[in-house]
This record gives sequence, structure tokens and C-alpha cells, in this order.
Amino acid sequence: MTDVIAPPVETHEPTELHLPPQVPGDGHEPSHGGHEDHGPTGILKWLTSTDHKVIGLSYMITSIVIFYLSGITALILRLQLSSPHSSLLSFGQYNALFTMHGSLMLYLFAGPFAFGGLANYIVPLQVGAPDMAFPRLNALSYWLYLTGSITMLMTIFVAGGAAQFGWVAYAPLSSATSSPGAGPDLWIMALALTGFSAIFTGVNLCGTIFYLRAPGMTMFRMPIFTWNMLVTGILILIAFPVLTAALIMLFADRHFGTHIYTAVGCHLVNGLPMQSCGSPLLWQNLFWFFGHPEVYILALPFFGIVTEILPVFSRKPVFGYKGMVFATMAIAALSTGVWAHHMFTTGAVLLPFFSFLSLLIAVPTGIKFFNWIGTMWHGQLKFTTPMLFSLGFLFAFLMGGVTGIMLASPPIDFATHDTYFVVAHFHQVLFGTAVFAGFGGVYYWYPKMFGRMLRESLGKWHFWLMFIGFWITFMPQYVVGLLGMPRRVASYPSNLGWQSYNIVSTVGAFIIAIAFGFLLVNFVVSWRKPIPAGDNPWDAQTLEWATTSPPPHHNFTHLPPIRSERPTWDYNHPDAITVPHGKAAHNGHVNGKVKEPV
Amino acid sequence: MRFASVTAVDSSLTGPPLDTPETPGRTRRSPRRLAAGAVALGALLLTGCQLPSFGAYKGATTQARSTFHLWQGFFIAGIVVGGFTLLLILWAVFRYRRRSDELPVQTQYHTLTEIIYTVVPILIVLGLFVATVLVENKVTAVEPDPATTLHVYAFQWGWEFEYPNGVKVIGQTTDAPTMVIPTGQTVRIYLRSYDVLHGFYVPEFNFSRYASPGYWTSFDLNVLHNGVYRGQCTQLCGLYHSLMFFNVRSVSPSAYRTWLSVTAAYQRAHPSSIGQLPADLHANQNGTAPSYSGNSGNSGNSGSGNTGNTGGALYGD
Repeated sequence: MTDVIAPPVETHEPTELHLPPQVPGDGHEPSHGGHEDHGPTGILKWLTSTDHKVIGLSYMITSIVIFYLSGITALILRLQLSSPHSSLLSFGQYNALFTMHGSLMLYLFAGPFAFGGLANYIVPLQVGAPDMAFPRLNALSYWLYLTGSITMLMTIFVAGGAAQFGWVAYAPLSSATSSPGAGPDLWIMALALTGFSAIFTGVNLCGTIFYLRAPGMTMFRMPIFTWNMLVTGILILIAFPVLTAALIMLFADRHFGTHIYTAVGCHLVNGLPMQSCGSPLLWQNLFWFFGHPEVYILALPFFGIVTEILPVFSRKPVFGYKGMVFATMAIAALSTGVWAHHMFTTGAVLLPFFSFLSLLIAVPTGIKFFNWIGTMWHGQLKFTTPMLFSLGFLFAFLMGGVTGIMLASPPIDFATHDTYFVVAHFHQVLFGTAVFAGFGGVYYWYPKMFGRMLRESLGKWHFWLMFIGFWITFMPQYVVGLLGMPRRVASYPSNLGWQSYNIVSTVGAFIIAIAFGFLLVNFVVSWRKPIPAGDNPWDAQTLEWATTSPPPHHNFTHLPPIRSERPTWDYNHPDAITVPHGKAAHNGHVNGKVKEPV
Repeated sequence: MRFASVTAVDSSLTGPPLDTPETPGRTRRSPRRLAAGAVALGALLLTGCQLPSFGAYKGATTQARSTFHLWQGFFIAGIVVGGFTLLLILWAVFRYRRRSDELPVQTQYHTLTEIIYTVVPILIVLGLFVATVLVENKVTAVEPDPATTLHVYAFQWGWEFEYPNGVKVIGQTTDAPTMVIPTGQTVRIYLRSYDVLHGFYVPEFNFSRYASPGYWTSFDLNVLHNGVYRGQCTQLCGLYHSLMFFNVRSVSPSAYRTWLSVTAAYQRAHPSSIGQLPADLHANQNGTAPSYSGNSGNSGNSGSGNTGNTGGALYGD
């Protein structure tokens, strides 16, 4: 307790409400620190900046635009399915559209929004760093991502149209003979570009978290969001190079005459293929070796967001902090060994091994769930918009998780694979994480990023409509999937009773769309009539709330002492320091003793 | 006999989920009431088929029945675990609403609770895994001496069924082929694709398997009752994936034998009635989209009497 600084809440000047925040670009010449504002302003600043806050915002705005575009494709898909033999789309258009929907959502929205957007903005602030470790690499990441995104979107306009092989591009459907044209080639290019962008961001996250933490910010004082982004960064480095390599081989198959993923050229000898034979299964193995860690790359950041929000609005520390960290690590480790649960019905994988590891992921995920509940237990819960979104995540992810355990059992997977049951499952998981938790994060950190509040009333409209629409959309899909409706069909028989479920699902999708109208209105209202946020409007706990909103160039002029994973809270509530390990009495109660900070 | 063994699996399934109410030691239900509930639920499960189907097909094959019972077990486990967690969340939400500005006790750890909610899920997972393996071994088991063997080929966009005596049934999109098999006997299916990946899926069999180019995959079906069961391709395979239907018609073994010989004779007499594969299939096994002519016969025969192991010919042997 040597340096005395004013409480962060008091140092704030809530007048600075200009957007973008006053952050100088330092694009062309090296920046040697310093807090002086210099360099270009306006649009040029956004084009040339290497500031992590500017890049993070660029990432978030781009990915949210893509989210809305992809949402529109979902609405068109749902309209097509609301009648059995709809003539809204041709079969080819339908196939192209769901390929686009999946590719946009999974490759260009959920991941980049999390690790390119939120993590880019928040992680340096949470660890007390002035910027990311490699600011120019960070800028390169964004521009690669933007180029890849535009490339993906432009495939709609090339001759032959966009790719029609689904976001997984299974061989040999993705071969040059089955899927000719420039659309699939550009799809591959777009993913290679965004893949490299993700790899660079992963490097940047790991470098920042390992090397740029402020004095006092030990590893076990990092907020859980930062922990999760570290693990996500490592998972990116494990998974994305595999995808890029697999894509390059796919491109070689399409253009250079190789037969890596095709069975062409195989000669059967006594019914068995010769060893020189290419293998369509290889694509699935490589793709899912990327794809399953990718699922957790898309989940862990959002777990982190929820783990930031729940303690703040329960006014407690996160329950089981270390358990949370180790659960994250366990999920990451297991996620590299479960890829073949996407391949149970190939008849060519070792079922018990992949089944067991897949079931086992339920254990660390369950630990996280009970930690979230434990965080709320005996808390003082306040149901702000970010809190509601986090609770929505809990409900959605609980449902998606329970059906995920069912699908980890091969016999049940045999019965439901590639049906709408699976579609409902992964939408509940991904909607729970990327949408409920992701936009919860937007509502939570928006005041920090722009120094102004979003309207609570509009936010609650957004939440409740989305929450209702979510269940109306996806629950009927479980039922119709169990009845046998396959995914990726543009039409279906009219005599099987599937239509009513599909109509309900379509109605739900439009309710979700209306909900997202409220978000846009909320942005506009906060823009037109700003309500100043102050530095720490939520009475939050972590370091990013100890600086101004928006933060200055290089983030901090002062740092509070860092003696736990919630330095801002410790500073503002010196009488309510975390009750240390092992002091808990019966029934989770603690007898109010407060220990001095270590 | 099969039913008895299936029920045995069920009873093993009920074990793990029933542990869960005890999970985090937060609920204070009496162990005695819990035990009584466990016995009641176990008894209910032992009666097997009295349980609701939870939306799934009861299964038209012996393999599908096993899967169905596993599904019931998983569903109950899901309700118990998921419901318990849901109650905890709801309790926290309603009980701990902010009522004052007083700060709550800043508890961060409670070691015993944390150990319990780590260990109990591990036990549940082990139980689910054991049940899974038991059922999985039944579903994927192949008998050494099946009564009938069929070779099934998928192509864009249709199916070819080849019988041991050379009878072939080929059908495309608008003219879905029907696979005739004997009820109550083991039918071995060898599955393969001529072009891209397809999915052989019969909802009432609770079973699907990829038809892939490059390798054979096989499985057994023991259909329980005569009937017609609809099937469909589930793996995205290009433009007309949505229309790749087929049917499975299960008839008595004697009717099956009659059908097989009559069809064989008919196909010998009328070789032109052979259904045709898409013209460019052999030219390009990697799956150029064949022209969507839709011409196909529902039954046809080359009369060659080959055994169906013709996959090799496709690749130029």
C-alpha cells in the first residue's frame, strides 16, 4: 500500500464521448510508447492504426455485420422450410445458402468476434498491458480477416455461384468434378486467409498474456476471461494450421491433379484398396481434428465472458477460481482427442475411445456450470441486461449440453446423425455461447469501449424476445429430427407431419430477428443521446474498469495495486476482500471474517 | 431372450442418474426417500416398454430396440441431471435477488462441494459409458453366418441393391427403389458409394451409416415385423440430396424367397427392364453430377448371377 491513487471511479471525466476514442494511429512509423496523441485521425486512423482497441472494434463491427448477414440467410432458409416443397429457392440455391450461413457464422462471426474482437480489446486491459504484444501483426490479422470475409461474400457473384458443399466441405463432394467453379476455390482461399488471421491472433494473445502482464498480475490473478483466451490462443495454434494444411491439399486435389481425398485411381485387390489410394476419410479426420477444437475455440471465450459477468452482478468473486482454470485446460486437452465423434457413422473409427473422451468433456463442463451457480449462491443478484444474457446462456447451454451427452453415445448418434436433432443440438450450444454470451459481452463492455451506456429497457426487450424465439426455433427441431428429418434438405415429403414443426421453428427465427432489431435501435439511441457511463458503471472487479471509458492511448495512466484476480474491486471495497481458501464454514457460509490482502 | 438382455442393460442405466440428487450436498433430501425413489424408478425401468418413448422410434429391428432402450436411459439421465442443474439455477436466481446494498460474504472456495461436483459427474459418465458400450456392441455386431447378404451402392442420386442371386434393384430420386428383405432373419448389408459420401438412414431402424467411396462398411439388420420402412440419404451429396429416398420392405422369409426367384426369372426374361445407373458414373467415379434424367427401372437384372462383389470392376480391375 505505498502508492496512493485516487479511486478509479473518481478520476473519470464523463465528458469524453467522441467516437472513435482518441487513440492515435501509429501505423507507419514505430511508436515508442508515450501517451501523446499524434498521427492521423478519422478514417485514416482506422485504416492505419495498430492500437488493439481500434483493431478490436474493427473486428467486432465487421463480425457483427457478418452476423446480421448470416442471420438473414437463416431467415431465408427457414422460409424455404416452412412448406414441404417450397419454390422460394432452387435446390442449388438452398445448398449454397446453408453453406454460406454455416461458413459465415462459424468461420467469420463466432471466432473472430471472440478472439479478434472482444479478446483483442479486453485482454490487454485486463492484464494491465499497453497493447498487444505484436501490434503490427495484430493489424495484419484484421486485414487478412477482412479480405477473407469479403472473398467469402463475393463468391455469391462468381460464375457458378457460391460453394454448395456445406461448411464442412466433405470430400469427395468438394472435389473439382463434383463442385466445379470458382466459388469453391474462393471459399478455400477465404478460409486460408481467415485461418492465418486466426493463427496470428492466437500468437498475439499468447504473447500478450505470457509477457505483458502488469507487475503483480501473476498467472493466478488473471481474470477467467483472460485465462480462457490464453487457452483459446493455444487451441488456435493447435487447430488452425491443420485446417490450413487440409485446405491446401484440397486445393491441390482440385487443380494440381493430386488424389489425396479421392478414391480415384484405387485398384481393388481382393476387395481391399491398395495403399496408394487416396482417402475421402482423410478429409474428415483432418477437418474434425481442426473442427472439434474449433468448437471449443468458439466456446471458451464465451465461457469467459459469462465468468466475468456473473460475479459482477452477484457482487461476489467467481466461485472456484482455480477449478475454473483447470476445467478450461481439461476441456482444451480433451477437445483435441474427440474429433472422430463426428465420424461415428463412417464405420471406420474406434467407437469406445472417442465416445469415452466425448462423454468425459461433460465433467469439466459440469464443473464450470456448478462454479457459475456457486458464484450466484448467496450473492446479491442484479438482473441487468448483461446478467440476463448470461443467465440465458446458462439455460441454452444446459439444454445443448445434455443433448450433446446423448450424441456422444454412438448408438444414439447412429439414430440421430445428420438429422435435425443434431442441428438443434449444435444451434443451442453455439447460440448459447456466441449469441447469448457474446452479446451479453457486448452489453457488458460497451460502456467501457464508448464511455456511454446502452439502454437497459431496449436491452431487456432484446433479451426476452431472443430468449423466447430461441426456444420456439430450436425445440421443434429436436422433435422433427427424432422423426427422421435429415439436415440440409431443401424439400421434404408432405405426408410425414414434419411441416407443423418447421412452421413453428420458422416463426421462432423471425422472433429472434425482431429481437436483433432492438439491438440496432439501442446502438442508434446510445449514439444519438449518450448517457455517460463513467469508468466503472457496473461496480465491476477486474482491471479494465480501473481506467477511463474509453481507455486512453496505451490504456493506463495509473494502475491500482494488483493483489488478487479482481484489483478494481479490492480497491473500491477494501472491507470486502475475497475470503481465502479453506476458511469456509458449514453450508457454504463464511462467518464474515475478512482477511488482509496477501 | 433379447428382450431380457436389453432390460438388463436398462437396469445398469438407471444406476448413474439416480446418484445425482445427492450430488452437491446442497439439497437436504432424506436418503431414505431417495432410495425409495430409486427403487421405484428402477422398477419402472425394469418393466422396460412402459416408459414413454421420449420422441424416438421404438425400433423396428432388434438392434434398433437396443438403441431405443439406451435412448430412454440417456433421456432419463438427462432429465435428472439437467433438471437438477436447472433447479439450482432457478433457486439461485429467485432466492438471491438483490434485496439490499449489503455486500454478500466474498466466498470463493468450498473444497468439499467442489470435490463432490467433480467426482459425481465422473461416476455418471462412467455409468453412461458402460451402458453405451454394451448397447454399441449389440448394434454393431455382425453375425458370422447371416441368412441374406445384400450389397448396397449409393450414387448421385439413388440406390442400387444387389442380391446374392444377381437380382438388382436400382432407383433414382423420383422413383425410389425398394429393398426387400426377410423378417426375423439376419440381413447383412455391405455398403459403398459410387461417387460422393451418402448416408444410409432408416429412421425406424434407429440407424445410419455413411456410404463412402473407397471402402466397404457392413452391418446387420434383424427386422422384427413385416412392414415398409422409409429410408433416406442423410449426408449432403449434392444437388438432389433432398430427394434421395428408398424403402425397405420386410416380408416373411418364404415370401422373400418367392420374390427373389420370381424377380430373377423376370429379369432374365426382360434384361431391358434393368434399371440404369447414371450414364457417366463409370467414366468418372469421383462424382460428376450426372444429368438428372430420372430414368430408372424399379427392378432389373443383368442375369450374370454375380455375387455382388462388383466394386472392383468400378475401379477398372
